[in-house]
Amino acid sequence: MSLPVVRTAESVTQTGVCVNSGLMMLIDGRFPAGGHTNSAGVEAAVRIGDVVDDATLERYLLGRLETTGLVDAAFAAHTCALVDPTEEELAEIDDELTARIPSPALRDASRRFGRQLMRAGSGIWSSPTLEVLATSDRGTHQPVVLGALVAAAGGTPHDAASIALHHLGTAVTTAGVRLLGLDPLSVAALHARVGRWVDTSCAEADVWAAAPMAELPATGGSLTDILAEDHAGWDARLFVA
Amino acid sequence: MPPHDIPHDDFQNHAAQVGRPHHGSDTPPRRTLRVGIGGPVGSGKTTLVGSLCALLREDLSMVVVTNDIFTSEDADALRAAAVLPDDRIVAVETGCCPHTAIRDDIAANLDAVEELEALHGSAGDGVDLTLVESGGDNLTAIFSRGLVDVQIFVLDTAGGDDVPRKGGPGVAMADLLVINKVDLAPYVRADTDRMLSDARERRAGRPVIPTSLVDQQGARPVADWVLSQIAARNQP
Repeated sequence: MSLPVVRTAESVTQTGVCVNSGLMMLIDGRFPAGGHTNSAGVEAAVRIGDVVDDATLERYLLGRLETTGLVDAAFAAHTCALVDPTEEELAEIDDELTARIPSPALRDASRRFGRQLMRAGSGIWSSPTLEVLATSDRGTHQPVVLGALVAAAGGTPHDAASIALHHLGTAVTTAGVRLLGLDPLSVAALHARVGRWVDTSCAEADVWAAAPMAELPATGGSLTDILAEDHAGWDARLFVA
Repeated sequence: MPPHDIPHDDFQNHAAQVGRPHHGSDTPPRRTLRVGIGGPVGSGKTTLVGSLCALLREDLSMVVVTNDIFTSEDADALRAAAVLPDDRIVAVETGCCPHTAIRDDIAANLDAVEELEALHGSAGDGVDLTLVESGGDNLTAIFSRGLVDVQIFVLDTAGGDDVPRKGGPGVAMADLLVINKVDLAPYVRADTDRMLSDARERRAGRPVIPTSLVDQQGARPVADWVLSQIAARNQP
Protein backbone atom coordinates (compact mmCIF):
# COMPACT_ATOMS: atom_id res chain seq x y z
CA MET A 1 0.00 0.00 0.00
CA SER A 2 1.56 3.26 -1.04
CA LEU A 3 1.09 6.53 0.77
CA PRO A 4 -0.82 9.27 -0.98
CA VAL A 5 1.09 12.53 -0.84
CA VAL A 6 -1.00 15.67 -0.84
CA ARG A 7 0.78 18.47 -2.67
CA THR A 8 -0.63 21.93 -2.95
CA ALA A 9 1.00 25.09 -4.18
CA GLU A 10 1.41 26.11 -0.57
CA SER A 11 2.90 22.83 0.62
CA VAL A 12 5.40 22.81 -2.20
CA THR A 13 6.85 26.12 -1.08
CA GLN A 14 6.75 25.07 2.58
CA THR A 15 8.85 22.01 1.89
CA GLY A 16 11.56 24.37 0.72
CA VAL A 17 12.68 24.54 4.39
CA CYS A 18 16.41 23.96 4.48
CA VAL A 19 17.79 20.82 6.04
CA ASN A 20 21.47 21.62 6.02
CA SER A 21 24.22 19.08 5.55
CA GLY A 22 25.04 18.95 9.25
CA LEU A 23 21.47 18.08 10.17
CA MET A 24 21.44 15.43 7.49
CA MET A 25 24.42 13.82 9.18
CA LEU A 26 22.62 13.80 12.53
CA ILE A 27 19.59 12.22 10.87
CA ASP A 28 21.67 9.55 9.14
CA GLY A 29 21.84 6.21 10.93
CA ARG A 30 25.39 5.87 9.66
CA PHE A 31 26.58 8.76 11.82
CA PRO A 32 29.24 7.03 13.94
CA ALA A 33 27.63 7.36 17.37
CA GLY A 34 26.89 3.69 18.04
CA GLY A 35 23.21 3.76 17.07
CA HIS A 36 23.63 0.46 15.27
CA THR A 37 24.01 -1.30 18.62
CA ASN A 38 20.57 -0.15 19.87
CA SER A 39 17.51 -2.31 19.18
CA ALA A 40 15.27 -0.11 21.34
CA GLY A 41 14.05 -3.17 23.20
CA VAL A 42 13.25 -5.25 20.12
CA GLU A 43 15.82 -7.92 21.01
CA ALA A 44 14.03 -8.62 24.29
CA ALA A 45 10.57 -8.32 22.70
CA VAL A 46 11.53 -10.88 20.06
CA ARG A 47 12.65 -13.37 22.68
CA ILE A 48 9.31 -13.32 24.53
CA GLY A 49 7.41 -13.56 21.24
CA ASP A 50 5.92 -10.08 21.45
CA VAL A 51 7.44 -9.16 18.08
CA VAL A 52 7.34 -11.88 15.43
CA ASP A 53 6.50 -10.22 12.10
CA ASP A 54 5.81 -6.93 10.32
CA ALA A 55 2.46 -6.38 12.03
CA THR A 56 3.75 -6.92 15.55
CA LEU A 57 6.87 -4.86 14.79
CA GLU A 58 4.66 -1.98 13.65
CA ARG A 59 2.54 -2.24 16.77
CA TYR A 60 5.68 -2.33 18.92
CA LEU A 61 7.10 0.73 17.19
CA LEU A 62 3.89 2.70 17.62
CA GLY A 63 3.85 1.74 21.27
CA ARG A 64 7.40 2.92 21.82
CA LEU A 65 6.87 6.14 19.86
CA GLU A 66 3.83 7.07 21.94
CA THR A 67 5.61 6.39 25.24
CA THR A 68 9.42 6.62 25.46
CA GLY A 69 9.58 8.21 22.02
CA LEU A 70 7.51 11.20 23.06
CA VAL A 71 9.66 11.70 26.14
CA ASP A 72 12.89 11.56 24.12
CA ALA A 73 11.50 13.91 21.47
CA ALA A 74 10.29 16.41 24.06
CA PHE A 75 13.63 16.49 25.88
CA ALA A 76 15.55 16.81 22.62
CA ALA A 77 13.29 19.71 21.56
CA HIS A 78 13.53 21.41 24.94
CA THR A 79 17.33 21.18 25.03
CA CYS A 80 17.55 22.39 21.45
CA ALA A 81 15.77 25.60 22.43
CA LEU A 82 18.12 26.47 25.30
CA VAL A 83 20.32 29.50 24.91
CA ASP A 84 23.49 29.59 26.95
CA PRO A 85 22.16 27.34 29.75
CA THR A 86 23.85 27.05 33.11
CA GLU A 87 25.31 23.83 34.44
CA GLU A 88 22.42 23.67 36.92
CA GLU A 89 19.82 23.96 34.18
CA LEU A 90 21.35 21.13 32.21
CA ALA A 91 21.70 19.02 35.32
CA GLU A 92 18.01 19.61 36.00
CA ILE A 93 17.06 18.47 32.51
CA ASP A 94 19.17 15.39 33.03
CA ASP A 95 17.46 14.69 36.36
CA GLU A 96 13.99 15.23 34.88
CA LEU A 97 14.75 12.72 32.11
CA THR A 98 16.28 10.24 34.54
CA ALA A 99 13.05 10.40 36.55
CA ARG A 100 11.16 9.32 33.41
CA ILE A 101 13.35 6.25 32.85
CA PRO A 102 12.58 3.79 35.67
CA SER A 103 14.94 1.00 34.48
CA PRO A 104 18.55 1.41 35.67
CA ALA A 105 19.69 -0.55 32.61
CA LEU A 106 17.92 1.89 30.28
CA ARG A 107 19.38 4.84 32.19
CA ASP A 108 22.86 3.37 31.66
CA ALA A 109 22.18 2.73 27.99
CA SER A 110 20.84 6.27 27.49
CA ARG A 111 23.97 7.77 29.06
CA ARG A 112 26.22 5.49 27.08
CA PHE A 113 24.56 6.49 23.80
CA GLY A 114 24.73 10.11 24.92
CA ARG A 115 28.45 9.82 25.60
CA GLN A 116 29.04 8.22 22.22
CA LEU A 117 26.99 10.86 20.42
CA MET A 118 28.87 13.58 22.29
CA ARG A 119 32.22 12.07 21.31
CA ALA A 120 31.24 12.05 17.63
CA GLY A 121 29.43 15.38 17.60
CA SER A 122 31.81 17.47 19.67
CA GLY A 123 34.53 16.94 17.10
CA ILE A 124 32.28 18.62 14.53
CA TRP A 125 30.12 21.24 16.24
CA SER A 126 30.46 23.49 19.23
CA SER A 127 28.04 25.69 21.19
CA PRO A 128 27.63 27.07 24.70
CA THR A 129 25.31 24.16 25.58
CA LEU A 130 27.80 21.57 24.31
CA GLU A 131 30.60 23.23 26.25
CA VAL A 132 28.67 22.82 29.48
CA LEU A 133 27.67 19.24 28.63
CA ALA A 134 31.32 18.38 27.94
CA THR A 135 32.13 19.05 31.59
CA SER A 136 29.68 16.40 32.81
CA ASP A 137 31.64 13.45 34.10
CA ARG A 138 28.75 11.00 34.27
CA GLY A 139 27.67 11.20 30.66
CA THR A 140 24.49 12.95 29.56
CA HIS A 141 21.30 11.28 28.35
CA GLN A 142 21.22 10.78 24.58
CA PRO A 143 18.15 12.98 23.85
CA VAL A 144 19.74 15.91 25.69
CA VAL A 145 22.98 15.58 23.71
CA LEU A 146 20.96 15.20 20.52
CA GLY A 147 18.99 18.38 21.20
CA ALA A 148 22.21 20.30 21.86
CA LEU A 149 23.86 19.00 18.68
CA VAL A 150 20.82 19.77 16.55
CA ALA A 151 20.88 23.35 17.82
CA ALA A 152 24.61 23.64 17.18
CA ALA A 153 24.11 22.29 13.67
CA GLY A 154 21.54 25.00 13.00
CA GLY A 155 18.36 23.00 13.57
CA THR A 156 15.09 23.80 15.34
CA PRO A 157 13.34 22.11 18.27
CA HIS A 158 11.03 20.59 15.66
CA ASP A 159 14.06 19.12 13.90
CA ALA A 160 15.38 17.74 17.18
CA ALA A 161 12.07 16.07 18.02
CA SER A 162 11.62 14.51 14.62
CA ILE A 163 15.22 13.26 14.51
CA ALA A 164 14.78 11.65 17.95
CA LEU A 165 11.64 9.87 16.79
CA HIS A 166 13.21 8.91 13.48
CA HIS A 167 16.15 7.31 15.29
CA LEU A 168 13.74 5.28 17.39
CA GLY A 169 12.01 4.11 14.22
CA THR A 170 15.34 3.20 12.65
CA ALA A 171 16.51 1.28 15.71
CA VAL A 172 13.28 -0.73 15.92
CA THR A 173 12.98 -1.51 12.21
CA THR A 174 16.66 -2.35 11.73
CA ALA A 175 16.57 -4.70 14.69
CA GLY A 176 13.48 -6.38 13.25
CA VAL A 177 15.29 -6.98 9.97
CA ARG A 178 18.46 -8.23 11.66
CA LEU A 179 16.89 -10.43 14.33
CA LEU A 180 13.89 -11.86 12.47
CA GLY A 181 15.07 -11.70 8.87
CA LEU A 182 12.02 -9.59 7.94
CA ASP A 183 11.77 -8.23 4.41
CA PRO A 184 13.62 -4.88 4.52
CA LEU A 185 11.38 -3.49 1.76
CA SER A 186 8.15 -4.12 3.63
CA VAL A 187 9.74 -2.93 6.87
CA ALA A 188 10.78 0.31 5.17
CA ALA A 189 7.17 0.78 4.07
CA LEU A 190 6.07 0.15 7.64
CA HIS A 191 8.53 2.77 8.87
CA ALA A 192 7.13 5.27 6.39
CA ARG A 193 3.55 4.58 7.50
CA VAL A 194 4.47 5.15 11.12
CA GLY A 195 6.34 8.28 10.05
CA ARG A 196 2.98 9.91 9.46
CA TRP A 197 2.36 9.67 13.19
CA VAL A 198 5.80 11.11 13.87
CA ASP A 199 5.16 14.11 11.64
CA THR A 200 1.93 14.89 13.47
CA SER A 201 3.46 14.51 16.93
CA CYS A 202 6.32 16.85 16.17
CA ALA A 203 3.82 19.70 15.89
CA GLU A 204 4.12 19.74 19.69
CA ALA A 205 7.83 20.56 19.50
CA ASP A 206 7.39 24.29 20.09
CA VAL A 207 5.22 23.56 23.12
CA TRP A 208 7.92 21.24 24.50
CA ALA A 209 10.56 23.85 23.79
CA ALA A 210 8.72 26.46 25.87
CA ALA A 211 7.29 24.25 28.62
CA PRO A 212 8.79 24.08 32.13
CA MET A 213 10.94 20.96 32.32
CA ALA A 214 8.75 19.31 34.93
CA GLU A 215 5.78 19.54 32.56
CA LEU A 216 7.39 17.72 29.67
CA PRO A 217 5.72 14.41 28.73
CA ALA A 218 6.25 11.58 31.20
CA THR A 219 4.74 8.73 29.22
CA GLY A 220 6.15 5.24 29.56
CA GLY A 221 5.27 1.59 29.56
CA SER A 222 6.10 -0.83 32.33
CA LEU A 223 6.87 -3.63 29.86
CA THR A 224 9.59 -1.48 28.32
CA ASP A 225 11.38 -1.24 31.64
CA ILE A 226 10.75 -4.83 32.71
CA LEU A 227 12.07 -6.18 29.42
CA ALA A 228 15.09 -3.86 29.55
CA GLU A 229 16.01 -5.13 33.02
CA ASP A 230 15.60 -8.73 31.87
CA HIS A 231 17.69 -8.06 28.75
CA ALA A 232 20.52 -6.52 30.77
CA GLY A 233 20.82 -9.75 32.72
CA TRP A 234 21.11 -12.03 29.69
CA ASP A 235 24.26 -14.00 29.29
CA ALA A 236 24.44 -13.20 25.61
CA ARG A 237 23.19 -10.03 23.94
CA LEU A 238 23.57 -8.77 20.41
CA PHE A 239 22.37 -5.23 21.19
CA VAL A 240 23.14 -2.87 24.07
CA ALA A 241 19.42 -2.39 24.74
CA MET B 1 17.21 34.69 20.07
CA PRO B 2 16.74 30.93 20.10
CA PRO B 3 19.90 29.03 19.16
CA HIS B 4 18.46 27.87 15.88
CA ASP B 5 18.29 31.49 14.81
CA ILE B 6 21.91 32.18 15.62
CA PRO B 7 23.75 32.43 12.32
CA HIS B 8 25.10 29.01 11.61
CA ASP B 9 28.60 30.30 10.94
CA ASP B 10 28.90 31.46 14.54
CA PHE B 11 29.12 27.88 15.66
CA GLN B 12 29.83 25.73 12.75
CA ASN B 13 32.77 23.44 12.70
CA HIS B 14 34.71 25.39 15.26
CA ALA B 15 35.99 22.15 16.70
CA ALA B 16 36.74 20.69 13.30
CA GLN B 17 38.53 23.82 12.15
CA VAL B 18 41.00 23.78 14.99
CA GLY B 19 41.82 20.25 13.99
CA ARG B 20 40.78 18.69 17.24
CA PRO B 21 40.85 14.90 17.14
CA HIS B 22 37.56 13.24 18.03
CA HIS B 23 38.82 11.81 21.28
CA GLY B 24 41.47 12.44 23.87
CA SER B 25 41.62 16.04 22.71
CA ASP B 26 43.20 17.81 25.64
CA THR B 27 45.16 14.95 27.13
CA PRO B 28 48.87 14.33 26.59
CA PRO B 29 49.81 11.77 23.94
CA ARG B 30 48.36 8.39 24.83
CA ARG B 31 50.89 5.89 26.12
CA THR B 32 48.72 2.82 25.58
CA LEU B 33 49.24 0.76 22.44
CA ARG B 34 45.85 -0.34 21.09
CA VAL B 35 45.99 -3.57 19.10
CA GLY B 36 43.08 -4.96 17.08
CA ILE B 37 42.77 -8.72 16.62
CA GLY B 38 40.46 -9.78 13.80
CA GLY B 39 39.78 -12.78 11.60
CA PRO B 40 37.15 -15.32 10.63
CA VAL B 41 35.01 -17.25 13.13
CA GLY B 42 36.96 -20.02 14.85
CA SER B 43 40.40 -18.94 13.65
CA GLY B 44 41.72 -18.68 17.21
CA LYS B 45 41.37 -14.99 18.11
CA THR B 46 40.22 -15.63 21.66
CA THR B 47 42.92 -18.26 22.22
CA LEU B 48 45.53 -15.82 20.92
CA VAL B 49 44.24 -13.07 23.22
CA GLY B 50 44.36 -15.49 26.17
CA SER B 51 47.89 -16.57 25.33
CA LEU B 52 49.09 -12.98 24.88
CA CYS B 53 47.63 -12.07 28.27
CA ALA B 54 49.35 -15.03 29.91
CA LEU B 55 52.69 -14.20 28.29
CA LEU B 56 52.63 -10.43 28.79
CA ARG B 57 50.62 -9.72 31.95
CA GLU B 58 53.65 -9.92 34.25
CA ASP B 59 55.46 -7.17 32.36
CA LEU B 60 52.62 -5.01 31.06
CA SER B 61 49.42 -3.43 32.35
CA MET B 62 46.81 -4.89 29.98
CA VAL B 63 43.07 -4.60 29.28
CA VAL B 64 40.87 -6.46 26.78
CA VAL B 65 37.71 -5.44 24.92
CA THR B 66 35.99 -8.36 23.24
CA ASN B 67 33.28 -8.21 20.57
CA ASP B 68 32.18 -11.79 20.08
CA ILE B 69 28.74 -12.04 18.52
CA PHE B 70 27.43 -13.59 21.73
CA THR B 71 29.07 -10.99 23.78
CA SER B 72 29.89 -12.58 27.08
CA GLU B 73 31.29 -15.86 25.75
CA ASP B 74 34.75 -14.66 24.89
CA ALA B 75 34.98 -12.62 28.05
CA ASP B 76 33.85 -15.64 30.05
CA ALA B 77 36.44 -17.85 28.35
CA LEU B 78 39.15 -15.37 29.26
CA ARG B 79 37.91 -15.05 32.82
CA ALA B 80 37.59 -18.82 33.20
CA ALA B 81 41.21 -19.17 32.13
CA ALA B 82 41.96 -16.46 34.72
CA VAL B 83 44.30 -14.74 32.31
CA LEU B 84 43.26 -11.30 33.56
CA PRO B 85 41.20 -10.00 36.48
CA ASP B 86 37.50 -9.49 35.75
CA ASP B 87 37.68 -5.72 35.77
CA ARG B 88 40.22 -5.71 32.92
CA ILE B 89 37.89 -7.43 30.44
CA VAL B 90 34.79 -5.85 28.89
CA ALA B 91 32.41 -7.33 26.32
CA VAL B 92 30.83 -4.97 23.79
CA GLU B 93 27.58 -5.61 21.88
CA THR B 94 27.87 -5.04 18.14
CA GLY B 95 24.22 -5.05 17.05
CA CYS B 96 24.71 -8.12 14.83
CA CYS B 97 27.42 -6.36 12.81
CA PRO B 98 30.92 -7.09 14.10
CA HIS B 99 32.63 -5.36 11.18
CA THR B 100 30.56 -2.19 11.65
CA ALA B 101 31.65 -2.01 15.28
CA ILE B 102 35.38 -2.11 14.45
CA ARG B 103 35.33 -0.10 11.24
CA ASP B 104 32.38 2.13 10.27
CA ASP B 105 30.98 3.03 13.67
CA ILE B 106 33.54 2.45 16.39
CA ALA B 107 31.58 4.37 19.06
CA ALA B 108 30.76 1.42 21.32
CA ASN B 109 34.28 0.02 21.19
CA LEU B 110 35.96 3.37 21.65
CA ASP B 111 33.75 4.08 24.63
CA ALA B 112 34.71 0.76 26.21
CA VAL B 113 38.43 1.23 25.46
CA GLU B 114 38.54 4.72 26.93
CA GLU B 115 36.55 3.65 29.97
CA LEU B 116 38.87 0.69 30.70
CA GLU B 117 42.03 2.72 30.16
CA ALA B 118 40.71 5.46 32.44
CA LEU B 119 39.73 2.92 35.09
CA HIS B 120 43.19 1.39 35.18
CA GLY B 121 45.46 4.33 35.37
CA SER B 122 46.32 7.85 34.58
CA ALA B 123 48.89 9.30 32.24
CA GLY B 124 52.40 8.10 33.00
CA ASP B 125 51.24 5.15 35.04
CA GLY B 126 48.49 3.66 32.94
CA VAL B 127 47.61 0.81 30.67
CA ASP B 128 50.46 -0.31 28.39
CA LEU B 129 48.47 -2.52 26.06
CA THR B 130 44.79 -2.65 25.06
CA LEU B 131 43.65 -5.62 22.98
CA VAL B 132 40.41 -5.23 20.99
CA GLU B 133 39.15 -8.59 19.79
CA SER B 134 36.71 -8.41 16.90
CA GLY B 135 33.77 -10.76 16.58
CA GLY B 136 34.42 -13.48 14.03
CA ASP B 137 33.85 -12.01 10.59
CA ASN B 138 34.65 -12.31 6.92
CA LEU B 139 37.81 -11.54 4.98
CA THR B 140 36.82 -7.95 4.24
CA ALA B 141 36.75 -6.82 7.87
CA ILE B 142 39.40 -4.38 9.01
CA PHE B 143 39.87 -2.19 12.08
CA SER B 144 39.53 1.57 11.89
CA ARG B 145 42.65 3.59 12.65
CA GLY B 146 40.46 5.62 14.98
CA LEU B 147 40.09 2.56 17.21
CA VAL B 148 43.47 0.80 17.14
CA ASP B 149 47.09 1.67 16.40
CA VAL B 150 48.02 -1.66 14.83
CA GLN B 151 46.10 -4.79 13.95
CA ILE B 152 46.61 -8.52 13.74
CA PHE B 153 44.57 -10.70 11.38
CA VAL B 154 44.26 -14.38 12.33
CA LEU B 155 43.61 -17.15 9.77
CA ASP B 156 42.92 -20.83 10.40
CA THR B 157 45.02 -23.34 8.45
CA ALA B 158 42.02 -25.67 8.47
CA GLY B 159 39.82 -22.89 7.08
CA GLY B 160 41.24 -23.51 3.59
CA ASP B 161 44.79 -23.06 2.34
CA ASP B 162 43.55 -20.87 -0.52
CA VAL B 163 42.44 -18.09 1.85
CA PRO B 164 45.72 -16.11 1.81
CA ARG B 165 45.59 -16.15 -1.98
CA LYS B 166 42.06 -14.72 -1.93
CA GLY B 167 43.40 -11.76 -0.02
CA GLY B 168 41.03 -9.02 1.10
CA PRO B 169 41.78 -6.06 3.36
CA GLY B 170 42.44 -8.15 6.49
CA VAL B 171 44.96 -10.44 4.82
CA ALA B 172 46.61 -7.71 2.75
CA MET B 173 46.65 -4.75 5.13
CA ALA B 174 46.89 -6.04 8.70
CA ASP B 175 50.16 -5.08 10.36
CA LEU B 176 50.68 -8.72 11.29
CA LEU B 177 49.11 -11.80 9.69
CA VAL B 178 48.97 -14.89 11.89
CA ILE B 179 48.37 -18.25 10.20
CA ASN B 180 47.15 -20.32 13.10
CA LYS B 181 46.60 -24.03 13.73
CA VAL B 182 49.48 -25.05 11.46
CA ASP B 183 49.60 -28.29 13.52
CA LEU B 184 46.35 -29.29 11.79
CA ALA B 185 47.79 -28.97 8.29
CA PRO B 186 48.49 -32.72 7.74
CA TYR B 187 44.94 -33.63 8.78
CA VAL B 188 43.23 -31.22 6.42
CA ARG B 189 45.81 -31.57 3.62
CA ALA B 190 46.69 -27.91 3.79
CA ASP B 191 49.93 -26.68 2.27
CA THR B 192 51.28 -24.24 4.86
CA ASP B 193 54.30 -23.33 2.73
CA ARG B 194 51.95 -22.20 0.01
CA MET B 195 49.80 -20.31 2.52
CA LEU B 196 52.85 -18.45 3.79
CA SER B 197 54.22 -17.64 0.35
CA ASP B 198 50.78 -16.55 -0.95
CA ALA B 199 50.34 -14.36 2.09
CA ARG B 200 53.77 -12.75 1.73
CA GLU B 201 53.04 -12.03 -1.90
CA ARG B 202 49.86 -10.18 -0.90
CA ARG B 203 51.43 -8.17 1.89
CA ALA B 204 54.24 -6.07 0.47
CA GLY B 205 56.78 -7.10 3.07
CA ARG B 206 54.54 -6.93 6.14
CA PRO B 207 55.18 -9.84 8.52
CA VAL B 208 53.44 -13.23 8.53
CA ILE B 209 53.80 -15.62 11.48
CA PRO B 210 52.68 -19.29 11.52
CA THR B 211 51.46 -20.43 14.94
CA SER B 212 50.07 -23.35 16.83
CA LEU B 213 48.37 -22.23 20.02
CA VAL B 214 47.91 -25.65 21.58
CA ASP B 215 49.97 -24.26 24.42
CA GLN B 216 50.46 -20.63 25.35
CA GLN B 217 54.13 -20.55 24.40
CA GLY B 218 52.96 -20.96 20.81
CA ALA B 219 52.03 -17.27 20.88
CA ARG B 220 55.57 -16.20 21.85
CA PRO B 221 56.48 -14.84 18.38
CA VAL B 222 53.26 -12.78 18.34
CA ALA B 223 53.97 -11.51 21.86
CA ASP B 224 57.46 -10.49 20.75
CA TRP B 225 55.97 -8.64 17.80
CA VAL B 226 53.59 -6.77 20.14
CA LEU B 227 56.52 -5.85 22.41
CA SER B 228 58.45 -4.55 19.39
CA GLN B 229 55.46 -2.35 18.50
CA ILE B 230 55.36 -0.94 22.04
CA ALA B 231 59.12 -0.29 21.92
CA ALA B 232 58.81 1.47 18.56
CA ARG B 233 55.97 3.61 19.92
CA ASN B 234 57.88 4.66 23.01
CA GLN B 235 60.97 5.72 21.12
CA PRO B 236 61.53 9.47 21.47
